[in-house]
Amino acid sequence: MPGILQIAYKLLINDRAKFAALLVGITFAVFLMIEMTSLFAGILSRSSSTVINIGASVWVMDPAVQTVANTIPLPDYVLDEVRSIPGVKYAVPLYSGAALLKLRDGTYQAANVIGLDDTSLFGRPQMLAGNIEDIYAENAFIAIKDSEFYKLENPAVGTEFELNDHRGVIVGIARVASSALFGVPTLYTTYNRCLQYIPNTRFTMSYLLVEPKTAADVATIKARVAARGYLALTRDEFVQQISNFYMYHTGIGTNMMLMTLISFIVGLSISGQTFYTFILENIDKFGALKAIGAKGRELVSMILFQATFVALTGYGIGVGLCAALIWLARTHLPDYAAMITFGNLATAFVMVVIIAAVSSYFGVRRVLSIEPFDIFRG
Amino acid sequence: MAKAAIEAVGINKWFGVEPVRTHAVKDVSFVANFGEMLYVVGPSGSGKTTMLSMISGILRPTSGTVKVEDADIWSLSSDALAEFRLKHIGFVFQDYHLFPRLTTAENVAIPLILQHREWTAAVKDAERNLEIVGLKDRAQLAPVKLSGGEQQRVAIARAIASRPDILIFDEPTASLDGDTGRNIVHFVREQLLTDQRCIVIVTHDSRIYEFADRIIRMEDGRVTGVDRSQLDAQ
Repeated sequence: MPGILQIAYKLLINDRAKFAALLVGITFAVFLMIEMTSLFAGILSRSSSTVINIGASVWVMDPAVQTVANTIPLPDYVLDEVRSIPGVKYAVPLYSGAALLKLRDGTYQAANVIGLDDTSLFGRPQMLAGNIEDIYAENAFIAIKDSEFYKLENPAVGTEFELNDHRGVIVGIARVASSALFGVPTLYTTYNRCLQYIPNTRFTMSYLLVEPKTAADVATIKARVAARGYLALTRDEFVQQISNFYMYHTGIGTNMMLMTLISFIVGLSISGQTFYTFILENIDKFGALKAIGAKGRELVSMILFQATFVALTGYGIGVGLCAALIWLARTHLPDYAAMITFGNLATAFVMVVIIAAVSSYFGVRRVLSIEPFDIFRG
Repeated sequence: MAKAAIEAVGINKWFGVEPVRTHAVKDVSFVANFGEMLYVVGPSGSGKTTMLSMISGILRPTSGTVKVEDADIWSLSSDALAEFRLKHIGFVFQDYHLFPRLTTAENVAIPLILQHREWTAAVKDAERNLEIVGLKDRAQLAPVKLSGGEQQRVAIARAIASRPDILIFDEPTASLDGDTGRNIVHFVREQLLTDQRCIVIVTHDSRIYEFADRIIRMEDGRVTGVDRSQLDAQ
């Protein structure tokens, strides 16, 4: 490390009170920013859990659908029409709905029920116990072992329950990539069993899952589906649409953004003010350095180094604290929806860089304006 | 004939703008030679600190020229001037301006570090300078743990760290009691003044006039007289 930066480092860390105040400010801001954005990322991820877990390349739906949970059933002929589009390798129906289960102890529990295409079982979960073929057995359901699994009284293969006066039997335990958002357990069965067991409207298909022959066929499929008055979205587009809904059409996105902004402002205020006070307290020393022969850019490098060092240290501690909190919360609260993504880390990093830049800007201005002559004058 | 270390010709300094404009230094010319301890004395507000700042490359004169070791310092760029100060001029400020968060040795090493010397080597050199001023055993202490006289010595050790040819002292005895102040200036004269070095001291402490080779008297921004010191009389 160049000597001038070593001086800057010692000036900073040896002033323990100021250094601690600066670190607390940045750490607190980073912690809050990452916690807020992680919660939001967790919510967004879970809101798209069905799309992620089923994994179809293209989803066909009613244009009014905004989230995967608000299904608008499609008429059966849409399936035939989509299958007839050149470029479609195959298309299968998917049922996605809610049901009320009566458990062994007599209590009721709401559940998501996913009905897979009877022929292909496209979108099947990864089995942990039992065989996927057992889904064809009488009254068969597969329970998903996610954070809501215990709400089904931790069932085993053979556990029975009632669904709309129908007997249901757990024939397998499986897992999926992402838990659902709304805190209800998930059951998988066949599409036709869903139609038999769950009360339905005139139309019954929640979505059509389409596999194009090639990636280039997606545009054709989308255009042909649109011409029929329906909407075809790729998996990423559907996830994005769901995210946009929660971000812009519910209060969640706005509130999270406001909290993140407030965290940023709090961090900026604490760190900016403390850093500027730190510079002011050392202003005569910077003036003395200037008189002795330090160049302006060397003094600027000292301040930038100090601001960067504090910002990166605070960032690291803040990220660590946030990760620790999320880990701790998950060990006690299985439903805790928070997920640190690279996007969250990048957002917090950019904000910390802004805090450091703004804090150092005023310090740099002050230091560059000090005249060594002022040191002589006292 | 003594070689000129500093040559100031017709320097003027105005502060402020009309109608509130102050003529702080008025047409001052003088020469300070190597091997000489030159005092600039005068009452407060006489312009001596302003003049000191101009001859040491810190404050640009409104007019006039300043040559330090034959270099017209005010024709240099600001970076070149900073480099020049670092190499050729050592400063001892009235309030010392030591860094309380650095050790005494690290404070003394600052000019060397600014000259891009490696940290450990610079601090080692600084410890040798502290030995010159009799403070080697204080090298690892923070400056705030030292007495006023010791802090002054640390400031002197810092000023001579880069072996400058010119030493500038601003009111070196202002914060010290009489005996300590005299001892410091005596030390400076005996230990630091050589044929290759010029020392300029701004002071209004008449108790230390006896150590000067020449005394420039200033009043109201002008040089009102140049005295030979009592050393000549002796």
